[in-house]
Amino acid sequence: MMIEDLQKISDAERAEAQKYEHHVHVCMETACIASRSDQVKQALTEAAERAGKPCRVKGVGCMGLCSAGPLVKVEPDGTMYKGVTPEDADEIVQKLGDSPVSRLECDTNVPFFQRQVKIVLENSGEIDPERIEDYVARDGYLALYTALTTMTPSEVIAQVAKSGLRGRGGAGFSTGLKWTTVAKSPGERKFVICNADEGDPGAFMDRSVLEGDPHAILEGMTIAGYAVGASQGYIYVRAEYPLAVERLKIAIRQAKRLGVLGENICGTTFSFNVDIRLGAGAFVCGEETALIASIEGRMGQPRPRPPYPAEHGLWGYPTLINNVESYANIVPIMRKGADWFSAIGTEKSKGTKVFALTGCIENTGLIEVPMGISLREIVFDIGGGIPDGKKFKAVQTGGPSGGCIPEEHLDMPVDFESLLQIGSFMGSGGMIVMDETSNMVDVAKYFMEFCMTESCGKCVPCRVGTAQMYDLLDKLTKNEATMADLQLLERLCDVVKYTSLCGLGQGAPNPVLSTLRYFRHEYLARIQEANHEAAFLTD
Amino acid sequence: MSKVRLATVWLDGCSGCHMSFLDMDERLIELADRIELVYSPLVDPKEFPDSVDVTLVEGAVSSNEDLEKIRHIRKHTKILVSLGDCAVTANVPSMRNSFRVGEVLDRAYIENASTQQQIPNVSVPTLLRQVLPVHSVVPVDVFVPGCPPSADTIHYAITELLEGRTPDLSDRSRFGA
Amino acid sequence: MKQPSSRIKTLKIDGQDVGAHEDETVLEVARENGIFIPTLCELEGLSPHGGCRLCLVEVKGINKLLPACVTYVEEGMEVTTNSTRLQEYRRTILELIFSEGNHICSVCVANGHCDLQSLAQKLGMYHVSVPYRHPRRSVDASHERFALDRNRCILCTRCVRVCDEIEGAHTWDVSGRGIEAHIVTDLNQPWGESETCTSCGKCVNVCPTGALFEKGKAVAEMAKKRGFLPYLTLMREKRTR
Repeated sequence: MMIEDLQKISDAERAEAQKYEHHVHVCMETACIASRSDQVKQALTEAAERAGKPCRVKGVGCMGLCSAGPLVKVEPDGTMYKGVTPEDADEIVQKLGDSPVSRLECDTNVPFFQRQVKIVLENSGEIDPERIEDYVARDGYLALYTALTTMTPSEVIAQVAKSGLRGRGGAGFSTGLKWTTVAKSPGERKFVICNADEGDPGAFMDRSVLEGDPHAILEGMTIAGYAVGASQGYIYVRAEYPLAVERLKIAIRQAKRLGVLGENICGTTFSFNVDIRLGAGAFVCGEETALIASIEGRMGQPRPRPPYPAEHGLWGYPTLINNVESYANIVPIMRKGADWFSAIGTEKSKGTKVFALTGCIENTGLIEVPMGISLREIVFDIGGGIPDGKKFKAVQTGGPSGGCIPEEHLDMPVDFESLLQIGSFMGSGGMIVMDETSNMVDVAKYFMEFCMTESCGKCVPCRVGTAQMYDLLDKLTKNEATMADLQLLERLCDVVKYTSLCGLGQGAPNPVLSTLRYFRHEYLARIQEANHEAAFLTD
Repeated sequence: MSKVRLATVWLDGCSGCHMSFLDMDERLIELADRIELVYSPLVDPKEFPDSVDVTLVEGAVSSNEDLEKIRHIRKHTKILVSLGDCAVTANVPSMRNSFRVGEVLDRAYIENASTQQQIPNVSVPTLLRQVLPVHSVVPVDVFVPGCPPSADTIHYAITELLEGRTPDLSDRSRFGA
Repeated sequence: MKQPSSRIKTLKIDGQDVGAHEDETVLEVARENGIFIPTLCELEGLSPHGGCRLCLVEVKGINKLLPACVTYVEEGMEVTTNSTRLQEYRRTILELIFSEGNHICSVCVANGHCDLQSLAQKLGMYHVSVPYRHPRRSVDASHERFALDRNRCILCTRCVRVCDEIEGAHTWDVSGRGIEAHIVTDLNQPWGESETCTSCGKCVNVCPTGALFEKGKAVAEMAKKRGFLPYLTLMREKRTR
């Protein structure tokens, strides 16, 4: 594979596209398929054939507004249709080049579409994720080629470091620093792992990237492999994402055939392979040491760090672990430069962040916004506010380790430090909006139940502490709790937070702590209303 | 100097702690100079007095009667002492807590009864959902674990309290001892 | 030429100056110097587990608490092993352990020989302020000589490790997760039907509580014999050198 070959594929692909006057993009991701987008695509293909129009129907990745799916986009005019059914196919095809079908039209001239900045999702909704040619036509694998043929590994790392990219898995550790550590750690072999064990309630960013643009991950990982000196990569993806797994498999096969993955990539001496490992449904395997244990075939339990995987990772070798979204940022950074990337976002949080916007919000779906945007803009402009005239109450970020942010902090910029400051957490990007009907004690109980059932059971504070805290929250919601129970809950929050082995336990008290911080009155109301005698009674 | 008003009560326990109390033997006579035993299974009065300085509680809280009793006692006691593992941890009586009350009663009075299979429900207290240690129902000031705590331990705890100190039991007693 | 790096580190534990080899843990060095750090899952001769969290210590300049059993010494380290905060955390962790199972010391075979019980005494934990959970747990008495009472298990995994690392049988494992986690033999077969168990009894002797015991022992009779462990470890280390 030489640059000419890439160029040839790219030219052929563009020439093929030129043949068609109209391009119809149908979302073929999990959410839209669940509302029959696969049938819509079939119907559109057939309708186009019947009508004999110069029209190409293409399955693409997520276009964002999942709640309005199945989504269909018509290029070049950019018309977006929502809630399309197979029965609408003929009408859509007939109106191609004419005025759009107004009853299906989805206004894209609104903040939801206009305020987003797409880096990670640049190809999502544009390319067919099952065709490498489509990816190559959008300059795919050019960054890898350039890195391998014109840059040293340390130059690659320097560029990533200079971009200011921070890990998108949650904690926001500097990606460049992590790469440097792995590159400098001595080891006969090294590994690169992509953490695709996305498990936060309400989060589906990584799934969408994998389903919509799998080659971006492969390319990012391969560049990482070159930078740190690894020749084997693993994508640890949860088995609950069958479509993502399928598309990754296709992508790996195609990339190998093209010579951009496997032995002697792009004709260089660099070889890099990627294999898929399926998670078995344990949330804790998103924790890097538990993930490594799981790949090694052992029980998915974390171990104390240090040593960090960068030094002592998979089978004891230096291992780079980044999250899906982190890898998805690599290609754009390599292609457009560190300065371009670091110009986006805030001083300490560069680039964009993808969020899965869910809950009591008008526009449910996937959004990518520049760091530093305010929560208010996300919720009320992009998200379209709260439906049914209800009042906003809180937005939960950071998954089960995150916190609930009230109205008063909505003007906070979204970046790693600000969210920590108000008792929440960036996390991987789940964003759940709650309206006035949500009771925050119930919310805290929900997340605690999640942590309790997902605790691996290795360390005492997390194993027993989460169960005890859940019991106390349960008592609160049943109106049986006393002030002493609340005090105990707070004491346990403190102990579990500071003594648990891994991030799951350390973060588990956060939903309680943040709701206590902003909605303490709701806890107190439960205690005032309580019938304390009920707790003693016979079952 | 007026005598310290001491009470002892017996909730759900085997009375072993009271036996251990009696095992103080001749030291009881010494204590009698400084203590007045105002209420106890070992003495006559049937009503818990209005003001008691120290109450030693043996046994866990198992029934609605225990619950009422201990709340009343707490109200009228300055220093409440959980004496022995049943009061401190709920101990053996709590072994029924892994089961539902109905299951336990069935097991005892129906499945394992050879004659008169019936669950007693007249003039017996109602069992609580769970057998509880005393401190989970009312605040407790001093904990003396042990099953039972030895006479020496009890003597030490009482004399320390008489001296106005909180007894340090680290070398003297433990759960199950 | 580069300066050779020193393999001997000097550090402070509770204000006391101590010297240590670079591959020693804070726990090992503390013990050498007579400084007590409570532990439960740790047992000399077995790989570290880091699960009980009782050995957490404070290290100056690090805002996280570190488990002494897996934290290696560093030059100039200043370790605090017994601050008020650590004491409170340890006490709560110990209470959580007691609250998790059904620990009735007075009727336990290991009464008086139990690491959990004696640690409670040593740390001055006279009562458990968190609610007891009273789980319904099973007992496996299918083995000819030994029995397992899961009510008394604290999931320290000493049995799992001794069986895997010392005996080489790997009969024991942990099944389930979180509060539902429990130890099993083979693939959750009755212990008596285990094909891998060699009936060596090492698990019984390393068990800190009365969860694993010899049949025929009455209350307070199950004393544990652990002398074999450092001996076996030492012999093996010598052999591999």
